[in-house]
Amino acid sequence: MSTVLEVQDLAKTFHVASGAAGTRELKALDGINLSVKRGETLGLVGESGCGKSTLARTLMMLEQPDGGTVRFDGQDPFALRGKQLLAWRRRVQMVFQDPFASLNARMSAGQIITEPFATHKDLYPSAAARKQRLNELLDLVGLRATDADKSPQEFSGGQRQRIGIARALALGPDLIILDEPVSALDLSVQAQVLNLLNDLQQQLGVSYIFISHDLSVVRHVTDRVAVMYLGRIIETGSTEQVFDSPLHPYTASLMSASPKLDPALRPVNRIVLQGELPSPLDPPSGCRFRTRCWKAQPICSAERPESRTREAGGKILLGMPGDSVNAGQQFAECHFPVESAAEAGLAVSA
Amino acid sequence: MMTEILEPTSRTQSADQAVLEVKGLDVDIRTPKGIVRVVSQVGFSARRGKTLALLGESGCGKSMTAKAIAGLLDPVASVAGGVARLDSKDLLSMTAKQRRKAAGEGLGIVFQDALAALNPVYTIGTQLGEAFRIHRGASRKQAKVEAIELMRRVGIPEPETRVNSYPHQFSGGMRQRILIAMAVALSPNLLIADEPTTALDVTVQAQIMQLLRNLREQEDMAVVLITHDLAVVAEEADDVCVMYAGNVAEQGSVDTVFTRPTHPYTKGLLSSVPTDSQRGAGLNSIPGSPPELSKIPSGCVYQDRCPLVAAVCREQRPALRETGPGQSAACHFAEQVATSQTTEERLAVGDDEK
Repeated sequence: MSTVLEVQDLAKTFHVASGAAGTRELKALDGINLSVKRGETLGLVGESGCGKSTLARTLMMLEQPDGGTVRFDGQDPFALRGKQLLAWRRRVQMVFQDPFASLNARMSAGQIITEPFATHKDLYPSAAARKQRLNELLDLVGLRATDADKSPQEFSGGQRQRIGIARALALGPDLIILDEPVSALDLSVQAQVLNLLNDLQQQLGVSYIFISHDLSVVRHVTDRVAVMYLGRIIETGSTEQVFDSPLHPYTASLMSASPKLDPALRPVNRIVLQGELPSPLDPPSGCRFRTRCWKAQPICSAERPESRTREAGGKILLGMPGDSVNAGQQFAECHFPVESAAEAGLAVSA
Repeated sequence: MMTEILEPTSRTQSADQAVLEVKGLDVDIRTPKGIVRVVSQVGFSARRGKTLALLGESGCGKSMTAKAIAGLLDPVASVAGGVARLDSKDLLSMTAKQRRKAAGEGLGIVFQDALAALNPVYTIGTQLGEAFRIHRGASRKQAKVEAIELMRRVGIPEPETRVNSYPHQFSGGMRQRILIAMAVALSPNLLIADEPTTALDVTVQAQIMQLLRNLREQEDMAVVLITHDLAVVAEEADDVCVMYAGNVAEQGSVDTVFTRPTHPYTKGLLSSVPTDSQRGAGLNSIPGSPPELSKIPSGCVYQDRCPLVAAVCREQRPALRETGPGQSAACHFAEQVATSQTTEERLAVGDDEK
């Protein structure tokens, strides 16, 4: 599988007004490495304020990064201008969280879905071609051709999200960033939209970055997962590795704390973290998670941890920073990674 | 139109344990297009020291039910019938003044949006102490001491200094703790928690749930937990009342309802939760979406989405009836739902929202 997107050391700092003293720096992204392969779904999880949305916005070129590189099929989108930039924009699209706020109430569903063609005029130059493409898109997301003339208010939440997905698909993108695409939907409708996303990926081979705080959904739809904490990806790996044998204590506590429907999957000793996410304006020194970590030692406040990985035999080794981008292996930034399911608070009674 | 509704309390739940008993609750909303019934014949009981979950999707009437009980309905909404007995006194037939007095000490409520529920221009200490000033006639000084003690009980660090802070100076999780503190201030027998953790992150949600559990045990309160999260119900609740389109679809103990659902809606909900066994595969989903409350069909409210729908469902609204020990459901074909192996597959067929 070829790589669609590769991000290295991506950094974004905001300057936040802080009284008379001027501004303070908020490092929203602090050295992000990630990659997305063609046709793959990468899950991005983390608590609110960890930088997930800033990352999504930066990848959409809605924010200018302060450092690091973004390579989209080997191209740096931030270096593109004019026509090339316009061509690039077709390839990355986004679906937003709230289908009630993200659709213009004064436009019909058809107008919303075909609006991108007004910017990308050469794609479907004739009205007939646009109309045909619109019908294709409606069919693709499971709406009727007659729905094109209705306004967003006439649709239910799930159908609105289908309109949002059709709009994202309109230009034939290679990558769609899905920012909490189902969290505003009711459970019974959520499953319909997740199934649709899955079908579309198989039909079109599009890659997804799936941002969500719902771990059971992430587990269901993603191939790989990156866990963010205060502007850094602190663990990454295949979905199975990250969920079943997390290395980072934070990942372990997330997995352990999420409520489980099936009593058989409920951990015997649930990890309930103390405290809350520290302010990103004043992140802890060394390891960012140390203030809430039950394994913290003096070294954790003195030194930023390097990435570690787990060998096939279960042995934990120091990994090379940056490797996590390509190797598809599990990496975590921690001085004292979690070694077993019991320690991860994931052991269940047999 | 409606047939006789079964008493929600089963024999196993003795009446003396029931702190709150709701029967035949109807709530109407006045809209420009006429009166819409948003809660219809809802009944349940909450037991001392136990958690009852009101489970349902948005618009199913679960929050409206809670607001009706607490006397906090919007002016456009009104109670059209039913009783809600808190310690055997009917809250719905009282005057507003009587209810404030009874509810103040008897019932605490925690809302989803803690920032909206707190007054931004008063300190936390003032707002926490208010209950003691009004109901116990405490002095300002005493009220502050009580407020500090409450903050300590719900795990807010440095309560002596934080008592003088304003709501915006607290994080989301801490604000939710403050709301909980406010709700349990007068040691009520009943705590209603309306989506208390929906706005919070997973790790903080676990903390808040733990706090609610501890308080319930210490105070021996009955807790009514309103949520749309099946996993939270499975973990936190003893009894569950599943609501759909303003009606009770099914109720009983969580163990029975979740292992042997007797209403197709409950069964459909349970099978739409992503689980490991279905990874990568399609999820079972319920076709369609919940009806608008102004367009609820006559007959069964679930008929348009139900895989088992038959002629009788279109004509007659099924009454809530016993379908197992301590379990009842409003379905003409409850027995079939409980036993049929194929329901799940039949539920999975439709994936269209029409």
